[in-house]
Amino acid sequence: MGLKILVLAKQVPDTRNVGQDAMKSDGTVNRAVLPAIFNPEDLNALEQALQIKDTFPGTTVKIVTMGPPRAAEIIRESMYRGADGGYLLTDRAFAGADTLATSYTISLAVKKLAPFDLILSGRQAIDGDTAQVGPQVADKVGIPQITYAEEIVSIKNKEVTVKRRLEKGYEIVKAQMPLLITVHGSAAECRSRNSKLTMKYKHARTISELQAAAMDYEDILKSRPYLHIKEWTAGDLNPENSLLGLSGSPTKVKNIQNVVFKAKETVSLTAEDKDIDFLMRELISNHIVG
Amino acid sequence: MANFYTDNKSLKFHLQHPLMQKIVKLKENNFADAEKFDYAPQDFEDTIDSYEKVVEIVGDLSANIIAPYAESVDQEGPKIVNNEVIYAEGTRKGLEAFQKAELMGMSLPREYGGLNFSTVPYIMAGEITARADAAFCNIFGLQDCAETILEFGDDYLKQKYLTRVCAGETCAMDLTEPDAGSDLGAVQLKATYDADKKQWFLNGVKRFITNGDADVNFVLARTEEGTSDARGLSLLMYDRNDKRVIVRRLENKLGIKGSPTCELVFKNAPAELCGDRKMGLIKYIMFLMNGARLGIGAQSVGLCEAAYREALAYAQERQQFKKPIIQFPAVYELITNMKVRTQAVRSLLYETARYVDIYKSYNIIAKKRDLSKEEKIEARHYSRLADMFTPLTKLFSSEYANSIAYDSLQVHGGSGFMKDYPIERIYRDARITSIYEGTTQLQVVAAIRGVTTGGLLAQIQAYESETIDPRLDYLRVTLAELTHDYAQAVELVKDKKDNEYLDFHARRLVEMAGNIIMGYLLVLDANRDEEYHDSAKVFIKLIYAENKQKSVYIEQSEVKDLGQYKI
Repeated sequence: MGLKILVLAKQVPDTRNVGQDAMKSDGTVNRAVLPAIFNPEDLNALEQALQIKDTFPGTTVKIVTMGPPRAAEIIRESMYRGADGGYLLTDRAFAGADTLATSYTISLAVKKLAPFDLILSGRQAIDGDTAQVGPQVADKVGIPQITYAEEIVSIKNKEVTVKRRLEKGYEIVKAQMPLLITVHGSAAECRSRNSKLTMKYKHARTISELQAAAMDYEDILKSRPYLHIKEWTAGDLNPENSLLGLSGSPTKVKNIQNVVFKAKETVSLTAEDKDIDFLMRELISNHIVG
Repeated sequence: MANFYTDNKSLKFHLQHPLMQKIVKLKENNFADAEKFDYAPQDFEDTIDSYEKVVEIVGDLSANIIAPYAESVDQEGPKIVNNEVIYAEGTRKGLEAFQKAELMGMSLPREYGGLNFSTVPYIMAGEITARADAAFCNIFGLQDCAETILEFGDDYLKQKYLTRVCAGETCAMDLTEPDAGSDLGAVQLKATYDADKKQWFLNGVKRFITNGDADVNFVLARTEEGTSDARGLSLLMYDRNDKRVIVRRLENKLGIKGSPTCELVFKNAPAELCGDRKMGLIKYIMFLMNGARLGIGAQSVGLCEAAYREALAYAQERQQFKKPIIQFPAVYELITNMKVRTQAVRSLLYETARYVDIYKSYNIIAKKRDLSKEEKIEARHYSRLADMFTPLTKLFSSEYANSIAYDSLQVHGGSGFMKDYPIERIYRDARITSIYEGTTQLQVVAAIRGVTTGGLLAQIQAYESETIDPRLDYLRVTLAELTHDYAQAVELVKDKKDNEYLDFHARRLVEMAGNIIMGYLLVLDANRDEEYHDSAKVFIKLIYAENKQKSVYIEQSEVKDLGQYKI
């Protein structure tokens, strides 16, 4: 039995190794100085999808990503690892979206791609850390969801068993497909690129990319149609325009604060009981513990 | 993400060597595979791009899986469980990642599931894995054995084994025996033919077999009863699935501890003849060993790179007398010499790989059609160069790996002697490189022919006549002086007409030639990229002093002096 799986992925600025110029003076992320990478937990989600593909031959894994034209890189990267293709949702009208507008746009694309068995996505993206888009998509599409998945334990008769990562342990839950699962960073790491798939798909392009490179794409896509990365604009999704992008985003960033540690006093403590008692009292009175 | 390909610019530099045009054209046979395989390249640029993208995957896996496990693999090592060699956990994980990424069978044709890569990117993959963990490089690099089946095996053997190697099965060369090491002609493991069963059977013992419990085994065995030399030996294939070999013990080694070194007992083990009888050692093992020697070259250069980087990082961080130790001449000279010697020997490695590439491709083409007269001449030319350069590469790279690891450990001071830093492992791992696949002394035996026949001198003169930027000419003048010294030393030794005297000075002469060749290669590198100019300058200073010393030593030596050394 082959499954039809969609993986929601996002290209994000690499916020893991930020320098001093990572934020602009207006409090927004300075994307120019941060390299664009595959959101790490989306890679965990991709790996879960590819493992299902390994187990159930005939399974297809397609990526859905919303972003600027260069986000096609995410789809190519997925194809190098075993995904079958993908859809890039790109339009100026989508820009400035918060999680509500993003999930609205993605949900339209997902509905257009129905029927499917599973939607997988990372728990959250490292640029916003909201963990909202996955659950909102499930809600808008009207399917059940399991969040914080660490492992998809089994799939039998349309029933999926999932191990969920909790703060102090885990739980095993079951749900019926179609289903959306958000995958936690503690899940299996994504496999590397495969050499043959990388050579096969390295020329995969969206039509806009081919046009920008002034390539004669009709010939290429006719002889090797698998190199075509689909691109959908707002027009392809029949949206309610007011719900897209900035206009569909009620979230407003009022202000961003830099937390700078200023405390200069230091206290030296020994391992003796009275010092440890003192430390604990301090921590409790500052609401750091307790 | 760390990547051992993208963080080392000189690798890309060698992938872009001008000779790659010719190499790719021969290897890809006018891009005929593009119709049949979706991952085959369409043209030259596409091929180089594919090489880069795939070597980048090797760089990723090496930096992020192989290297982090190197220490635990060194400590844990492989073990025997139920007559089966179980690799250390990190080795298993690394091998699995390489298999999943379809990086095994890199150089084999696509019809068997291979990538049909030329030798240059394949050898580069070896170098990159060795920088992460030299022991892993052995298991990865043994895939090269399959080339012998491709070259000499019949269709049955090709079908049976090549697809399996491409799918990730590992290989081993079962050559050494307790009484046959450097002298492989003394091999005794017996192969008897059972005419009823139409099958060969192997009986005997092999020792020091790297990855001895491999899936596909290349066994050197005596098929001709009553013989006692190389002419009675043949190459036989043993399939691990037949389970007729006992892994009697694993050696406890100084280094490359993650690579299992096995003692094997063959008990009526069924086997298949590869190629013709009696040609085992003379032809097939020579071919196999040449491939393996280039592989050890790659491993050694990877070790040089690793040792240099460890020294550099440590010297930049370590403070003494209120400043980083790299600011002291005694330290920065050591580190710069490590760097330029690594670059020089890497250039020799890839130059050799290019020569191997061209002649091997011609061999494959010659199986399908007759070569033209020009093609035959060219094939022979590159085959000769490959034969001359392979022992040079093995000799210099392994000796450099040892001395660079030694110097790097020295830079670490007392900390280098502790298990806390990777350099002690690199130092131990490097030690085997100048011993196995033929000791340095045996590489001299293989390389001295190029000295006495004038082959190496002719190639040095070919480098000398290349067109280069006039700003580099002063380096050529220095190298021409050394070439003159070298030619004179060779004549001096030859004039004595004494073989023992020639053997006595053989290593000196081979090293003089090799030094000049590496000097020219760096000048040619500098001609392509200004960044190599300083390296060429520093390296040529080093070898100028070295070669002068050797010249003087030879000048002062008489045949009668040999008696003073005999014990």
